Amino acid sequence: MKKAIASIAFGLMAASFVATGASAQATLASVKQKGYLTCGSNTGLAGFGLPDAQGNWTGLDVEFCRAIAAAIFDDPTKVRFIPLSAKDRFTALQSGEVDVLSRNSTVTMSRDTQLGLDFPAVNYFDGQGFMVRKKLGISSAKELNGASICTQQGTTTELNLADYFRANNMKYEVVAFATSDETFKAYDAGRCDAFTTDASGLYSERLRASNPDDHIVLPEIISKEPLGPAVRHGDNQWGDIVRWTHNAMLDAEELGVTKANVDQMKGSDNPEIKRLLGTEGKFGEAVGLTNDWAYRIVKHVGNYGESFERNVGEGSKLKIKRGLNAQWTKGGLQYGLPVR
Amino acid sequence: MNTAVDVSRFVRTEKIEALPPPKLARGPIAWVRENLFSSPINTALTLAVAYLLFVLIPPILDFLFFNAVWTGTDRAACRAETAGHPVGACWAFVVSKINFFTYGSYPAEERWRVNIFFVLLAIGVAWLLWLRAPRRDLGAVYFFWLFPIASYVLLTGGNVDIGLRAWLLFATIGVVFMAAIGFAAFMLKTSVRSAVLVAAGIVAVLGVTLALLDWDWGLEPVPTSRWGGILVTLLVATVGIVFSLPFGILLALGRRSKLPILRMASVIFIEFVRGVPLITVLIMANTMLPLFLPPDVTVDRLTRPLVGVAFFASAYMAEVVRGGLQAMPKGQYEGAMSLGLNYPQMMVLIILPQALRIVIPGIVNTFIGLFKDTSLVSVVGIFDLVKTIEASRIDPNWAAPTISYTGYAFAALFYFIFCWGMSRYSLGVERRLAAGHKR
Repeated sequence: MKKAIASIAFGLMAASFVATGASAQATLASVKQKGYLTCGSNTGLAGFGLPDAQGNWTGLDVEFCRAIAAAIFDDPTKVRFIPLSAKDRFTALQSGEVDVLSRNSTVTMSRDTQLGLDFPAVNYFDGQGFMVRKKLGISSAKELNGASICTQQGTTTELNLADYFRANNMKYEVVAFATSDETFKAYDAGRCDAFTTDASGLYSERLRASNPDDHIVLPEIISKEPLGPAVRHGDNQWGDIVRWTHNAMLDAEELGVTKANVDQMKGSDNPEIKRLLGTEGKFGEAVGLTNDWAYRIVKHVGNYGESFERNVGEGSKLKIKRGLNAQWTKGGLQYGLPVR
Repeated sequence: MNTAVDVSRFVRTEKIEALPPPKLARGPIAWVRENLFSSPINTALTLAVAYLLFVLIPPILDFLFFNAVWTGTDRAACRAETAGHPVGACWAFVVSKINFFTYGSYPAEERWRVNIFFVLLAIGVAWLLWLRAPRRDLGAVYFFWLFPIASYVLLTGGNVDIGLRAWLLFATIGVVFMAAIGFAAFMLKTSVRSAVLVAAGIVAVLGVTLALLDWDWGLEPVPTSRWGGILVTLLVATVGIVFSLPFGILLALGRRSKLPILRMASVIFIEFVRGVPLITVLIMANTMLPLFLPPDVTVDRLTRPLVGVAFFASAYMAEVVRGGLQAMPKGQYEGAMSLGLNYPQMMVLIILPQALRIVIPGIVNTFIGLFKDTSLVSVVGIFDLVKTIEASRIDPNWAAPTISYTGYAFAALFYFIFCWGMSRYSLGVERRLAAGHKR
């Protein structure tokens, strides 16, 4: 009986998701009518989505939303950020409260297929990594046999850790804490040999150490965490806009088009640049935008590399290496699909 | 015969000064002996507490003051290697983020509007709470009518697009309302003229309110998603406190009413709201509600927790007030009735003034609890003071070991000042009102 009620309730909820998905066909039209984009952001993650001292949102995920706004309105400030916790992020998207969710969400099959969502792009390839003290003299996670490892309780981090050590036939000891704050404090105080969380988080945590230079991040990444923006399932045009916003930023970087030289590049003879910046062809109109959509993105926000360096890379305090997020030409996974 | 002529006599004309008591019965030593070391158990307790204070106080003072960093522009200032000593609280961090803690993401050039809101709030609170303030009746009109309108216009920018159709609808409803009241007065055989005047007054107040909200004041609109920090904390607390008292009184009266439907409705509301944790109400409001509403209907993300908090506080307040009502002896009700007072007169003139006085500690207790509970809205992604601190403490520009502690210490200080103020004020009021009951 209980099960029947539960399944009916779930069915109703699923039906309502589908209903919202169907009725939200024209997200672009509603965004244009409202005059601004609503973007689900993180409630606070260094480098990805964080308000600065003046309360302006900054970060890689935040700039992605600004890029979409730039493509639609030629104005990157026409975004309203709605900070969402991990619990309410997907419902906020399903219910139409936000037009796009750009909040370091891992793309997984179940999320893509069961929640009524689509993940048009991966704007950051993350994965779980390790940080250790330099004086241990370790340069690889393979040397962690017998180590005690500080981690957060009940997260996938803990499960990945178990998988990795079992697969490599190594012994380890977990020292788990309830919050990420406590976990890092314990590691910093010397309670364990290594600290593990998503690689992007390792760098920001390291800054908080009593002596950041004493710690290194090991090169191994032991899990796949592709982070990307999400949109509602069923509005393909809107999905296209989000997908091509990301690709335009990648293509711009690959072609050497930057925020500074984009006006100059408009006069370039390179056919790829011409197509990207809209001086040739009608690619923007095909997704309901203007043909200079990509020009607007680069002009206001910059290309992917610029945004990366500014928020999480060398231009920021985090100093995260491009790694997996380098261009495919430089051994990374970011591969801008061609505009043609 | 005078026998005592040359006997020298001494008759004291004034009282002699009393000798001071022995040193050991007065003065600091005696006080200490009497209050701290009067028995072996007390001596042991005193020593234990003294040891605890000795262990706790110096590190706290070190952290908050002596090792604290007061100036600096980024994380480097608050690290031991630059400061040259172990670093305690990094107040430079609070100084640099104070605008964000106060206004959240409110646009910088519009922040004067928030400042005016703070001033208006302070004026209203002082006017109503200072018992000897002039014209406190005007103060009530200000606080419960003008102040909310002014705040709304200031904070959101006003200029609600009401539209001609809505105005026509309002006018129609107003006329129908006045007619209905007049008719009811006619049926009840009371003065139709005064009833219609009262109804017209209500309609006029509503009309003026709508007109003020509708008026274009030329202010830049600021969406609630950009409000934050102390602004939101005070807003949620004020709305909760202002709504909870009148609604709580009505619910308490409803619960003790003899009308079955009214009583049942009050009981169900109170028990339901009291039976779920506030955090559930908030998550329901901010996460689940949008799923149940049609896609084109949206309720503002800040309004939802505001309504939730107001409901929640009302239910608690109702039970506090009911306690006061139940403490009133039956004779008071009977006395009131024997004077020929009707129900509203009896309640307003006799019962409530006494009942509310009894429960002042309970009411203030609920207010203080509510004030601190407002920090729960941070869980549903509203940027109140706690949330702004949490978002700031992970800022890589300020990444240092003691930043989190500093942020939370600041929050603790803020909440303590407000709650302590409320508690002192209520003690003062109690003393004043309980003059006839002093034991």
